[in-house]
Amino acid sequence: MNELVFFINNVLVSGSVSGSIYAIGAVGVTLVFSIMRFAHFAHADMMTFGAFMVLLLTSVFPGAGAAFGVPTALVMLPLAMALTALLAVGIDRAFYKPLRAHGVKPIVLVIGSLGVTLMLQGLIRLFSGTGGQSLYVDDRKEIFRLALPIEGVRVPVVITEPQFYLFVLTIVAVVALHLFLSRSRLGKAMRAMSDNPDLAQASGINTNTIVAVTWVIVGGLAAIAGTLLSLDVTFKPDLSFFLLLPIFAAAIVGGVGRPYGAIAGGFVVGFAETLAVFNWSVMLRPFRDSLPEWLLQSGNLAFVGTEYKIVVPFFILVAILIWRPTGIFKGKVI
Amino acid sequence: MAAIIDVQHVNKAFGGLKVINDCSIQVEQGSITGLIGPNGAGKSTLFNIVAGALPLDSGRVLLDGEDITNRPANELFHKGLLRTFQIAHEFSEMTALENLMMVPPHQPGESLFNAWFKPSLVGMLETEVRRRALEVIDFIGLDHVRNELAGNLSGGQKKLLELGRTMMTDARVVLLDEIAAGVNRTLLGDLVNNIERLNREMGYTFLVIEHDMDMIARLCDPVIVLAQGSVMVEGSIEDIQNNPEVIEAYFGTA
Repeated sequence: MNELVFFINNVLVSGSVSGSIYAIGAVGVTLVFSIMRFAHFAHADMMTFGAFMVLLLTSVFPGAGAAFGVPTALVMLPLAMALTALLAVGIDRAFYKPLRAHGVKPIVLVIGSLGVTLMLQGLIRLFSGTGGQSLYVDDRKEIFRLALPIEGVRVPVVITEPQFYLFVLTIVAVVALHLFLSRSRLGKAMRAMSDNPDLAQASGINTNTIVAVTWVIVGGLAAIAGTLLSLDVTFKPDLSFFLLLPIFAAAIVGGVGRPYGAIAGGFVVGFAETLAVFNWSVMLRPFRDSLPEWLLQSGNLAFVGTEYKIVVPFFILVAILIWRPTGIFKGKVI
Repeated sequence: MAAIIDVQHVNKAFGGLKVINDCSIQVEQGSITGLIGPNGAGKSTLFNIVAGALPLDSGRVLLDGEDITNRPANELFHKGLLRTFQIAHEFSEMTALENLMMVPPHQPGESLFNAWFKPSLVGMLETEVRRRALEVIDFIGLDHVRNELAGNLSGGQKKLLELGRTMMTDARVVLLDEIAAGVNRTLLGDLVNNIERLNREMGYTFLVIEHDMDMIARLCDPVIVLAQGSVMVEGSIEDIQNNPEVIEAYFGTA
């Protein structure tokens, strides 16, 4: 039974953590694609930017969280979301909109977004420095140990405070996005525009508004994902390097342009990563009598070493592109 | 009667190709005006300019006296100028009924606040829109496929859906771009009846591009003949059919 708890801690919890972050990130990438039809490479840096805004605000008002009984970073998150949304709209106005107005091919926008990536990363590095910093400026990171009420289980299930908030906020974000897309006029207009932009405009939908709304949502979601990741580990200006590939893999696995697919894809990639680096030797311990000697001799039975974690989404990406290029949910529109 | 659409000296070139050449047309309020001409005469280009889908090089377009030159299509929609597409457009991932329900300008769930906190109000408005959509879909004879994804409908059914869309809101002018192409004869009769009814009962003005001469003859008065980017003749269908110049350009020399 202790092995089971080990599995929960190392696979279920940590898989859900990376899964949630990839899911929220991939939703952003997929929304941009469904409305503007280009792969937005600067998305991961918007996530870093959001986390950086939280870091700044938290450093300025380190005690604000105590009043609410939550980490200060979480209190600052809505403000950081607004700032990141503003940044996203601003970047669109300054860089992408002029390109669209000239009717360029999507690949030009993709290259443009690569430029924005480098610019954002440089800017963040300029102000934050190159090292890692904790978003817990003045608070303590709580760790919840849940002992399972089962005979013989000595190890507790361990969830840290940021992981708990990550799960809660992921669920809230997904439900809110679902309600928005399926119920509200704006959400329906977004679906319409991703389906047929000409017809949407001829049906009285202001496509400029939809583009702006999309960036606001995308910026807000990016700030959530970036902040929660930085809370769980630390804030680093090159966070995006480790996020870009899994997020794009998740978006493509789910079918580009499908928010629900992106969520599923995020968890597929997150769990695949976690399962690939998981040390299975612990799980085999209860069966040691019936297993061959050679299998047990090695202390580490992971498929790949932790340092090669990043190859997993890369492999998934290649496999999906070969066998099912449109993704699980046959992507194209929302 | 006053001109509801007044196109004044419009020019439009694609690269070096001059497609619309100092073209001026007027569409009378309450009329069903036909726009015909040989392939490449510039009908669709002119149409797209009026509908706000293409910027023009020079000239003016007035809607009921108001300058609408180069206004985007969504703005024109709210001024009551609607269009259909030559190749039928639909929201392929929504059902036929949902396609119609996308149209009305004042729709439920318009604000996020309402969508999340006042579901009953949204529900009430949505019911109203749905009622109208059901009426329209019955009117255009697509009731039996209303829950099918619009992307799966036949070409003719999509054309009907296009017409249905213009009936979801109170339009002033509807631009119909080859609405009859790909529609079978029986449906075509319904289509013509529907257009006439909308014209008579709802006061819609229509500007119709059409290749089907029977339909033009039955529906349109006056008819404008476009050739090489400008107006060649304008008049009743009889005038047009007996005009030697038109016969030469449009019907070809015998």
